Amino acid sequence: MDVWQGLVGQTEIISQLRRLAEANAARYRKPDPSADDASADSPSADDASPVLAQPTAGDETRVMPEADPDSDIRLAHSWLFTGPAGSGRSNLALAFAASLLCPDGGCGSCQSCLMARSGNHPDLRVLRTEKVIIEIDDVRDIVAASYLSPSISRLRIQVIEDADRMSERTSNVLLKAIEEPPSSTIWILCSPSEADMLPTIRSRVRTVRLSTPTVEQVADFIVTADGVDPALAMRSAREAQSHIGMARRLATDADSRARRDASVLVLLGIVSSSHVAKGAQDLVAIAEQDTQAAATLRTERDRSEFFRQLGLPLDAPVPAQYRAQVKAFDESNKRLIKRSLLDGVDRILLDLESVGRDALLVRMGVNDGLINVERAPEITAWAAKRTPAQLVGYLDAIAEALTRTTRNVTPLLAFEAMLAAVIDKEAVS
Amino acid sequence: MATKVPWNRPRTAPIVLVSGSESVTAERAIRSLRRDARALYPDLEYTTLDAVEYSPGSLLSLAGPSLFGEPRYIEVTSVEHCSDEFLEDALRYVVSSADDVTVVLRHGGGNRGKKLLDTIRKLDTAVEIECSAITRDQDKQGFVLAEFDAAGRRIHPQALRKLVDAFSGDLPELASACQQLIADVAEDVTESDVETYFGSRVEATAFTVAAAAIAGRTGEALVTLRHALSTGASPVPIVAAFAMKVRLMAKVAGVRGGGAQLAKLIGAAPWQINQARTEAQGWSQAQILEALTTIAETDAAVKGAERDPIYAVERMVRCIAQRESILHV
Repeated sequence: MDVWQGLVGQTEIISQLRRLAEANAARYRKPDPSADDASADSPSADDASPVLAQPTAGDETRVMPEADPDSDIRLAHSWLFTGPAGSGRSNLALAFAASLLCPDGGCGSCQSCLMARSGNHPDLRVLRTEKVIIEIDDVRDIVAASYLSPSISRLRIQVIEDADRMSERTSNVLLKAIEEPPSSTIWILCSPSEADMLPTIRSRVRTVRLSTPTVEQVADFIVTADGVDPALAMRSAREAQSHIGMARRLATDADSRARRDASVLVLLGIVSSSHVAKGAQDLVAIAEQDTQAAATLRTERDRSEFFRQLGLPLDAPVPAQYRAQVKAFDESNKRLIKRSLLDGVDRILLDLESVGRDALLVRMGVNDGLINVERAPEITAWAAKRTPAQLVGYLDAIAEALTRTTRNVTPLLAFEAMLAAVIDKEAVS
Repeated sequence: MATKVPWNRPRTAPIVLVSGSESVTAERAIRSLRRDARALYPDLEYTTLDAVEYSPGSLLSLAGPSLFGEPRYIEVTSVEHCSDEFLEDALRYVVSSADDVTVVLRHGGGNRGKKLLDTIRKLDTAVEIECSAITRDQDKQGFVLAEFDAAGRRIHPQALRKLVDAFSGDLPELASACQQLIADVAEDVTESDVETYFGSRVEATAFTVAAAAIAGRTGEALVTLRHALSTGASPVPIVAAFAMKVRLMAKVAGVRGGGAQLAKLIGAAPWQINQARTEAQGWSQAQILEALTTIAETDAAVKGAERDPIYAVERMVRCIAQRESILHV
């Protein structure tokens, strides 16, 4: 059970990263006296710094610059892992980090690997956020930490998940640190795509592009990880459009399956303006149920943990000297709940987009490869009443709604405008 | 128990608490107390203290016994944000106040210093002047009358009503309008005086703008929009008001059934349903949906998608008043 276990798909990338990590580990191992000649050309084992290379432009799918993995291994000092939401880019980044820290290149069973897996490795620093943005002070902190020497490993790894949530000003704090980190520090950033990062960041990192895992890969993973029925796993993976986290939730939670189905039915039932207003309201309610429950549960747990750390009972009034901290904590929780509502809205929009896509396929006479197979009859009937041009217009409206929600438009209003595009204007006027 | 008096009939005492959130009336009350005290003792020793920047001991030393027993008058501002040191000193002082000292405490509402307020309210030597927020029109008229009384002037009842209507949102503005009339008009203030000075001013809210636009009165809608913007409405709530109204229209459009029945179904009050029905007359469902799209587009625009939020709102008002889609503008 090595560190790469439990990742979905990405076999080619994983095998390259694995070779890189193993070669890196081999370079630090005590040289075998009998093989003195072999190691003569490589840097001595006492030299703690890996050979660093400037990232090369182009050819990003190949992780390693050299064709032969055994000759002159070069480990870039800054990496960018990109892949769509739910493709497992953060998990892959963490596995890569663990494999670099491990003296055996990612055995998965040594102390270093165990610490990395439990999130307690002193030389692995992960910056993640549940908020809409990564705050500049957090980045300043992690940049300061990057100049420390590693304590138990040869390398210090700094991971930033969701690096696309940094504003321009925040990204600029990183520039110097990722361009020329100390020789023992490796940066790994994760973002949905390269385009989400500033050009000045992009030019300083080596990019690893993850592909979207296939439905089968995700389904296999769910079957092994959660032990659900293979048919259900397939359906969940398909409906989640290979978003691993979402697929697991659909597979293990009947309520979220029901909510997804309800949002699809809302869309298919729209025939008049009152449906539009009511439907938008229902969709917002679904998004709220979907995320609020989970988020509230989590924040309540965090809150009791926070109070325990302060040494305060949960129900007693907060003493004046702690009030500022508690207020800041509640403030950040409120932002977290807002963020998760946006995630729910996003999710619904993607589900509805899949319905639009299916309808367009059916309308154009293609009947396989549908995402919402379970609702195929309804979707077929719905598509038959519309021209392909109208369906494309509807897909555009969803894309527009996605942009609007990122622009802070009220979710209700964004849904209304999107559902308004479903209605055949001639028919109702 | 402390005596409670209204703000327009202030009374002095060794300890005066001016409580409540209405800053204009509080200021008037404090001013009149000060004027009375100065009239009584021309060489009054007058000091102001800020309860936030309070240095420990200063209240006690200012109010401490003096050699010749000359009267002293101390005003303390921002007691609602006071420091702990001030609270401590004030609590110590109020229970043993001196007769030749007047301490006026201004507390603008809130829970800070509640113990001090409670202590003062239990004292016989204290007076509390209540200056709670003025919201009702009747109270506003009372305020205006008090302003004119204080200046020894009169205002006609119609003029009074007109003046209060023109400044329904903002008491400080109403106060300064009164002062302007008192200063500029030589005799009794009549309706035509108010007309001359504040005639074109209309207090417009986002909902009046939306009502005019939905009724198709483009010109009126644009004018009231300008009034609303210049009297403090900001683009985002205006768009939200439009969204609320049009959303309700969308809900009632093409739906039959009695108002009460529908009200339960939609979750709005029956009068709202009836109003929305009246407003939706002359609108087709397609037009209503287009208006919703326009509003969504404008919501993005006023939240940063476009450079000029005011222009975006104006465009939305025009589109909705003329039943046009934003895509054709």
